[in-house]
Amino acid sequence: MAKVRVRIPTPLRSFADGRSEISADAATVGDAVEQLMVAHPGLRRHLCAPDGRLRSFVSVYVNDRDMRELEREATPVSDGDEVAIVPAIAGGAPSSVDRANAGAPAPSSGDAFARDELLRYSRHLLLPEVGVAGQKRLRAAKVLVVGAGGLGSPTALYLAAAGVGEIGLVDFDAVDLSNLQRQVLYSTADVGRPKLVAAAERLEGLNPGVKVTPHRTTLSSANALDILRGYDVIVDGTDNFPTRYLVNDAAVLLRKPLVYGSIYRFEGQVSVFDAARGPCYRCLYPEPPPPDLVPSCAEAGVLGVLPGVVGVLQATETVKLVLGIGEPLLGRLLLYDALAMTFRELRLRKNPECVLCGPNATQTGLIDYPAFCGVPPPDAAPAANEPPTISPEELRDELAGPEPPLLIDVREPEEWAIAHLPQARLVPKGQLAERVDELTSAREIVLYCRSGARSGQSARQLLELGFRNVKSLKGGLLAWSDRIDPSVPKY
Amino acid sequence: MIAVRVAPRLLAAMAGHARSTYPDECCGYLIAPAELPPDGVRRIEAVEPADNRFDGERRRRFVILPDELRAAERRAEARGRAVVGFYHSHPDHPARPSPFDEAHAWPWYAYLVLATTATGVPRVGAFELGAETGRFVELPLEPEPDPLSAAPVVRA
Repeated sequence: MAKVRVRIPTPLRSFADGRSEISADAATVGDAVEQLMVAHPGLRRHLCAPDGRLRSFVSVYVNDRDMRELEREATPVSDGDEVAIVPAIAGGAPSSVDRANAGAPAPSSGDAFARDELLRYSRHLLLPEVGVAGQKRLRAAKVLVVGAGGLGSPTALYLAAAGVGEIGLVDFDAVDLSNLQRQVLYSTADVGRPKLVAAAERLEGLNPGVKVTPHRTTLSSANALDILRGYDVIVDGTDNFPTRYLVNDAAVLLRKPLVYGSIYRFEGQVSVFDAARGPCYRCLYPEPPPPDLVPSCAEAGVLGVLPGVVGVLQATETVKLVLGIGEPLLGRLLLYDALAMTFRELRLRKNPECVLCGPNATQTGLIDYPAFCGVPPPDAAPAANEPPTISPEELRDELAGPEPPLLIDVREPEEWAIAHLPQARLVPKGQLAERVDELTSAREIVLYCRSGARSGQSARQLLELGFRNVKSLKGGLLAWSDRIDPSVPKY
Repeated sequence: MIAVRVAPRLLAAMAGHARSTYPDECCGYLIAPAELPPDGVRRIEAVEPADNRFDGERRRRFVILPDELRAAERRAEARGRAVVGFYHSHPDHPARPSPFDEAHAWPWYAYLVLATTATGVPRVGAFELGAETGRFVELPLEPEPDPLSAAPVVRA
């Protein structure tokens, strides 16, 4: 005989004098349940069918294992075991077809873990909130990480370490030396290799039990639904607005939870969007900001550890969603400020006017995201209001000629300190409007920045202010370094 | 239990869940303090969606697995609350419990049934299983004033 505790489910406690458990001396699970019904006879008709056997929708657990996975009522018990009676909740609309199909299906037990897996995941298995059942959920989970960069790196590493069965990665880039300051999936030897090849090696090296599925492509309206469809949870590790809206919209349309993260210089944001249970990204930001107002990490810089913090928070939320434990960041936006070292939380509400997930939603499919965000596709012809550009070769010739242009560097002082052209003057983009009197309309003005994006916007600004002869260096310092002077460092 | 009180925002959340799974049935948990207040009115504080794990035609059936219910109970208990009932949808069927619902119901819990259509406004019924009779009794469903929401929910 063993001393065991028999746990009574909440709805039946009124038939057991309000008690939540009793102790019993029993050899088997069947003994223990019988003793419970002897002690509290009112329970019997709720637990047993008229033939005296346990009703099909009454489940009995022994220390978190369904007795149907063990030896049913004959399962032996030992001192200190907990025998818990758990109602299976079932129901449904009237139907003549399957009225006979009563009762809950037994949860599938799945394949057991091998000895080395038990050791690998032992610190998870020790947690009652995870345990063998939770670890099996992780193994059965399929998670898609969109973007294998600063956010995707820590997320994918921790998901692989946690034993998530399949990790899909979407990226088309190659590893660049400038990535290594924060993209911890990659090593110096990986520079120049396709990110997904290097990432798959690293993740499978960390945990050979994980299947890494590479999607070496740019996510687009044409392929997003097909790619996302096969996954249970989507993680947003994108660095641009068109892709972020695309990922959100596809996740809402496919009814998948989306773990959102974004970073800017020293600040990060994290939330969980699931239109079935809360707001979506469009509820938070119905429209993207104008492209001029949002410099990318490449333009604005980012503290290297910042995506580490944010990506690990995203991995945490993903693991919680898979396990179904804790409080997900649904309807909450977590704001992290690395400089102040503060976490703040904003409540998010589902926007009843949301065109995607509101009650009167008008958007039922994917749209043209670059156009929605005001970003022209890379191969588009220049629009009518595009400022004129000058190629690096033309600029080199003009600088060596009789009437060199006025050369303005519109980057930030930190970037100027890394490298600049000797003939240039520094006027950061944000100061341009108030410092126009330093410029002259008598000479041609050439603006440059790192890639040509900010100088293009600045050139447009000067044209609007009435300057006539303004050009932007096409491709910026990156192109200058490639085509004119390789001694100018790229960053 | 003499009535169930649910804020419109919670009804809206359940309706949204039902719409999102339509034409399949949705199901979920009703969360409140375990102790029924002396006035007998069960005040639902939160709703939590559950996964319909029925292994077959989910348009007509739902099942919440016992281990998932246990996990939900633990989550609620961690906040000093309990799973005090369940909601589920009847796509294109009335907001009344079916014989199948009754045969599988437990006493003490509150059951909310939402009749849903593809786009329509849900109608909601509240029920409790009579402990002695084993039959469902319909309970008044009292909307709680909730200035945050003006969700259109019509009583069945």
